[in-house]
Formats: sequence, C-alpha cells, structure tokens
Amino acid sequence: MTSADASRAAADLLVEVRDLSVTFHAGGDGGSAVQAVDGLSFTLAPGRALGIVGESGSGKSTVAAALLDLHRGTGARVGGTVRVAGTDVRAADERELRRLRGGRAAMVFQDPLSSLDPYYAIGDQIAEVHRVHRPDVSRRAARARAVEVLERVGIADAPRRARSRPHEFSGGMRQRALLAMALACEPRLLIADEPTTALDVTVQAQILDLLHDLRAETGMGLLLVTHDLGVVAGSVDEVLVMRGGRAVEHGAVGEVLRTPREPYTKELLAAVPRVDAEPAVRGARGTRGADGVLLEAVGLRREFGGRRNRTTAVDEVSLTVREGETVGLVGESGSGKTTLGRMLVRLLDPTAGTLRYRGQDIGALGDRELRPIRSELQMVFQDPVSSLNPRRSIGESVADPLRAAGGRDDARVVRRACELLERVGLDPAWYHRYPHEFSGGQRQRVGIARALAPGPRLLVCDEPVSALDVTTQAQIMELLGELRRDLGLSLVFIAHDLAVVRAVSDRVAVMRGGRIVEEGPTGEVYGRPTHPYTKGLLAAVPVLDPEVSADRRALRATA
Amino acid sequence: MTGYALRRLGGALVVLFLLTVAVYALFYVAPGDPAKLACGPRCNPGQIQQVRERLELDAPLLTQYLHFLQGLVAGRDFSSGTAVLHCDAPCLGLSYQSGTPVTELLGDRLPVTASLALGAMVLWLLLGVGTGLLSALRRGGTTERVLTGLTLVGTATPVFITGLLLLMVFCAYLRWLPFPSYVPLSEDPEQWAWNLLLPWTALALLESAKYARLTRASTLETLAEDHIRTFRAYGVRERSVVTRHALRGALPPVIALTALDLGTMFGGAMLTETLFGLPGIGQLLVHSVRVIDLPVVVGVVLGTGAAVVVAGVVADILYALADRRVALT
Repeated sequence: MTSADASRAAADLLVEVRDLSVTFHAGGDGGSAVQAVDGLSFTLAPGRALGIVGESGSGKSTVAAALLDLHRGTGARVGGTVRVAGTDVRAADERELRRLRGGRAAMVFQDPLSSLDPYYAIGDQIAEVHRVHRPDVSRRAARARAVEVLERVGIADAPRRARSRPHEFSGGMRQRALLAMALACEPRLLIADEPTTALDVTVQAQILDLLHDLRAETGMGLLLVTHDLGVVAGSVDEVLVMRGGRAVEHGAVGEVLRTPREPYTKELLAAVPRVDAEPAVRGARGTRGADGVLLEAVGLRREFGGRRNRTTAVDEVSLTVREGETVGLVGESGSGKTTLGRMLVRLLDPTAGTLRYRGQDIGALGDRELRPIRSELQMVFQDPVSSLNPRRSIGESVADPLRAAGGRDDARVVRRACELLERVGLDPAWYHRYPHEFSGGQRQRVGIARALAPGPRLLVCDEPVSALDVTTQAQIMELLGELRRDLGLSLVFIAHDLAVVRAVSDRVAVMRGGRIVEEGPTGEVYGRPTHPYTKGLLAAVPVLDPEVSADRRALRATA
Repeated sequence: MTGYALRRLGGALVVLFLLTVAVYALFYVAPGDPAKLACGPRCNPGQIQQVRERLELDAPLLTQYLHFLQGLVAGRDFSSGTAVLHCDAPCLGLSYQSGTPVTELLGDRLPVTASLALGAMVLWLLLGVGTGLLSALRRGGTTERVLTGLTLVGTATPVFITGLLLLMVFCAYLRWLPFPSYVPLSEDPEQWAWNLLLPWTALALLESAKYARLTRASTLETLAEDHIRTFRAYGVRERSVVTRHALRGALPPVIALTALDLGTMFGGAMLTETLFGLPGIGQLLVHSVRVIDLPVVVGVVLGTGAAVVVAGVVADILYALADRRVALT
C-alpha cells in the first residue's frame, strides 16, 4: 500500500483512535494520577456501529468524551491521536472543534433528566443547538426544525410538546428529545453514552429500536458505550471490551458474545443473569416445601398526598411470604414495589388492609408494641452510597442496630459487629474505616451486615444489586443465597431487572400501577406468562444473542 | 398558586397580631412617662395629668390595646377637648408628640425609604451579580482573589464607615456631589438621583458582597451540572453557555433573596438614613424610640413586620415562577 492509499483509507474512516491515553490528576499537582485510558486504538467505518462495553471504572465513558475532546480545559492529560469525521480532534482549534461537536458528531448522554436545561423549553434548546451549526437559519425555521425532529423521534403532539420543559417529560420522552437534538444537525456519528441505563426495560427497548431505525434512515455511524452486554447485542456490529483503560477483546458482536476468546470476556458473560435460562447462581434458591406462613399481607393499600392530589401507590395487594422462601417483586418504576416493600417491614404505615406476621396482626401496632417485632423484619436498600452514614465507620454502622436493640456491653456489641462483617465477606479489621473507602459491592455488603445485626427472620431487599456491575452483582446475589440457606431467612427481593429476580426467587409477583398483575412459581411466570403485561416485559428484555435480538426487534415492529 | 399566596398571607396576619401584642407589652415595661415627654419639659403636674387623660394613658393597658385594635380594623375618633379628630381604618393612632395620625407620618416617609431601597437594589444587583459571575468564570485566578477580597471588605465595613468615607471624599474633598438632602422624585428627577447617589452606593457596597458570594456559588454549581456539558458537547460557544444557561440556573436564589432584602429595607435603613439625613421610615423610628412615642413605634414596627412577611411570600412565589419545577403547596 502506498502512503497515498493509506492516507485515503484513513480519511475514509469515521473514527480513528490511535494510542489514546487519558490521565486524570486527583487533588492538584501533588495528588495521585489515575490512568483512565491506557494506549487504546480502534477505528470505525462510516455507517457502522461499535459498542464499547466494560464495568464501571473501565474508562469507556472517558473514551467517548475524548472523541469530542470534552477533556479540553479540565486538566486531564490526553495523549495519542483522535480523528473524527476528518477532523484531527486534538489539534483542532476552538472553532473547528465547535463545528465538529454536534455538527458532525453528536453525543447523547446517560441521564436524560439532567442532560437538558431545566429552565428552557425543549424545542428552544434543540433550536439553539441547530442554529449554532446553521447560523443562516432563522429562529422561526430552527423552531420548525425542532418540531420536525421531535416528531421523528416519536413525540406525540410535537408542536405543542416542543414548548414543554424537561420536567414535564417522562424519562423515555426526555431520551427521545436528546436523540432529536442529536438528529437536528444531521451528524455523521452518534456517540451514545449509556443511553438507556436510567430507563425501564420496555422504554429501553423502544429507545434502542428508535436508534436502530434512525441509523437505517440516515446512515450515521454509532458509538455505543454501555455496561449492558444485552444492549450491545442488538444494536452494534462490533464490540470492544474494555478493562482498566485497555482493550481486552475486539471483534464482531456475534463472535465476541458467542465465542469469547479472553477469560475476562467469558467471566463478564457468565456473570450476566439470564432471563431465559435456569439460574446460574448456585444456592440462591432454597428448597421448596417450607410452608409455614411468615408474613401475610391482605388487601394492603397505601395512598400519598393531600385531599386534592391523592395518588394510590399500592392498591389492594395481597402477598404471602413463607418461611425460608424468596419472593421476587418485579415491576417498572412507579409500579409501587418499593412502597409495598417498605410497608411489609412497617417502615411505611398502610392506609388500609391487614399485615400479619406469624399470625399476629402488626398492621396497626403502635411503635412500642412493634419494637420487639422490628428486629425480625429488616431491610436492605438500593443505594449503598446514600444509605450508609458517611460520617460513621462501617463497624459503627453495623453496631448501631445492636445498641438500639439494647446491647449494653460494648465489647460484646463490637465483637458481634466484627462477626457480622466477617459473615458478609469483609475483613473485621476494617471496622474503623469509612464508607467512601469502599467499592459499591463492599458497601452493599455493609448494608447487608447491618440488616442482619438485629437477627431478622425476613429481609426485604429493595433493588440491592441494581447499582452494581454484573460481576459484583453476581457476588452479592451469591451472598444473599448463602445467608438465606445458612440462617433460614425469608427474602422479599425487589428489582426492576427480570433476570436478577429470576435467579434468586422461588415465587414471583409482577407489579404494575400499584397492583400485582401476575403471581406464581418463578418457572411458570417466566416460562408461561399469562398476563399480557408480563409477556411484554419479558419480550423487552435484551438478549445476548444478536440474531435472537434482531428477530425480537422485527416482532416488536410488527406488533 | 393563588391559594398558596392566600394561605401564606393568612399566616402573616397571625404573625402581625402577635407582633402588636409583643410591642405593646414591651413599651409598657419600658421606663419613662409618655405623658410627661409628650407635654414637654415645662409642664406642671396638672398639665401632665390633662395630657394623660387626653391620650387615654390612664386607662388600663388592655383597654388601650383593644382601642388600638379597633382603630386598626374600623377606625376611631380622638377628642382633644374641643374638636374631634376622626382617624380612618387602618388607624395606627396619633403621635403623642405631634398629634398627627401615624399612618400619615408613615405615608410621608415611605417615598424616601422606597427611593433609597429600590435604587440601592439596582446598584447592588449590578455590582453583586456582576462580580459574582466574574469570579465564577475566573475561578482560581488573581481576578477572583481580588474580587473575593473586595467583597469581604465590603461586608466587613459598617455602613457608617463607608458612608462617612464617601461623604468626605465626594462631598467635602472632591466636591463632585452635594451633601445629600432628599428631593422628591416628582419635583426634580435629576436632583433626586444626584442626592441619593451616595446613600445608594453605601448601601449597595454593603449588600453586594452577599449577592456576589451567592451568585458565584450558584453559578459554579450550575456550571458543574450535566446540561452544561450537553451544550458544550454540541458546540455552543462558552459565552452563551455561561450567560444563557449557567446564569439562568443561578438566578432563582438571587431573585428570592432580593425580595427578602427589599422587604426588610422597607422598614427603613436606620443607619443609612440617619447618616445621610434622609427623612425616611428608619429615621422616624429612631426619633420615636428616643422620645417614647408609642403609637409611632408600634406603627413602624408593624409596617416593617408586614413588609418582611409579605416579602417572604413574594420571594417564594418569585422562586417558583423562576424555577417551574418547584411546586408551591
């Protein structure tokens, strides 16, 4: 190949990244340096789609930001070359860079709520961006263009809705609006950084389908950054697996997902809970046949708000939890699953209905009578960051409930707290360390140890693994299964992730709009769902096989 | 929103009622004989007694208070031996000193205080929001350090020091400005502004420091938000990102604080008014306290209280209007 050929080939590429490295400096000059990206190279041909996958901290989002040189002026040190749509990004001056940003390569961010300015109408924000790249367009024409792209991404009644502010849109609509903003300038490359992570599974499927259609229509290239291998399977041609700032494996999506070469990729794939297979997590499910009823809710109801704007979060729900059993509660956001979970442990008072624990009606007990029962009903929360007191050491956090239960002998309380830390797989020597020194998975272990401290019979786990990476997620689920087996605990496992719930539950209840629409043994609900809502949910779950994924998209398109 | 405002104003009435009780009670435990003070230094005991009867000061405390409340709601008549003076509702009573209705006194003084407060507000917003924005953009640089230092000096210096310095430099030494004396706006707008320039500046210097800090903090907070990143990633100029998006996000708390400060200032800026000889409400209060002119003091305190409480409601409503995500309940 002559050098002229080589440069023409390079010019034809949409993205060309050579030996990219990004270093962040924490705490000024004297602080430690973090190498987020370390010698990464890849290319993307026009119209093709590349998925960059990895766990948190792998550097995948840093790569996405480097494509538009969003690191410029932040103090991060960037090395290597980055060419996007014919522009040498790192050498470009401000004007050239502004022309590239949005004009030739547009970016869609993870959290659609915070990614739009809360103070301006959505249509105006799209029009503003459009006019940046097309200064000859009048204000009126830019507004019209905004309405046009909003219509294209499926916003109903777009002329009117263009005047709404972001908080008047739902999560899915906001993500559509961000896609519309990207679309407005007709870019050749779309960079999507975790575009569906904050969304419910059915909405996620809609957004991914939309993304697919837009690409087919405009021929733009796609760089999709995600932690979710299922999302990648149906949306891209090639996959790049990242770990610690380096590429682990790079290849066609079908090959990487079906026949991975690298051990890390295999590990990652094995950790993904499957919605369509028997659970991979051993010991998660207990033996059936335990039939002593532990907790029974009948016609439970909870309302919020005042007289005028009353909403019913949980509406006449009945649920039984037997001894040693795990009941899974699945549903999308706003379905009332968290409210129900909190009522089960009496963190929230039911508006109506009865709640019986071991045959005793506890739904209407006062604080004093409830106290002995409180220690038997405990809760593990979703966000291990905000549910631990940052100013208290992890050991103290675990010891607190022991003291609250009347532990007077401090040496014994501390010893018991250390035992609990050890039980959940943490070193008791870390007793005096603070939450910020730990990873997400370790913090969730602390949360579990704290819930175990009072010696509960029932543990309500509210989205205990949804903030964690897949490998960590698998470890926490393993731990919960072990605890349940060894301590004979009953679990109520609340999650929006259908695969996670399948992996741990004996029975499953599907919630929607404050009601349970379907309930039964896990195998039956997942294998032969009867309610259309359950069927829809299951059909929307991303699968790891690209072909199956394409078939499902076709099915959704015809439905 | 209307319902919210009405409910808040209802609460405000309760606060104001409690305020009248507190002020009345305070003044009756204070030393000094109002009748003697109202009569003047040359009165004999007989004359003092006459004054006391005319002013109803011999009546029990509760009766006086109830009469006061009656005047507030329905108006009342005052007899000065021969003539009867009617005082329309809301009647705050007659000044012990001059015999004029308190509402009239307040009405005379209000334009002065309002001129001072509103003019100073314009200045302190320009100064405060300007420096705040500038120091947010030049974070960590020399500009920011200098501005932060200046605003600190501004807050730390009492208004009577700044005011005196201004008077000495601009009126006595440079003679660029007249020694301030109030000229009504309706009479001569130009003279009105020239005479108020120094008091405005003195007040604004004191207040702007607070606004600079608030603007700086909330601009930095907004600049760190995700939507700013979105507009940068779409090639929007840094200048538009800051003025259109960051500043817009920083404004709601500034607007709310302005409303609250204005409310307080309508009760009179005592030090500034006294220093510059402006016949405003603050000056009236200082004078009335000195001579124990009870009805005037009660009137001013009540007026100030009303202004502060109303300003609180207005601040909340303005905040909700500036940030539509806030729902008032």
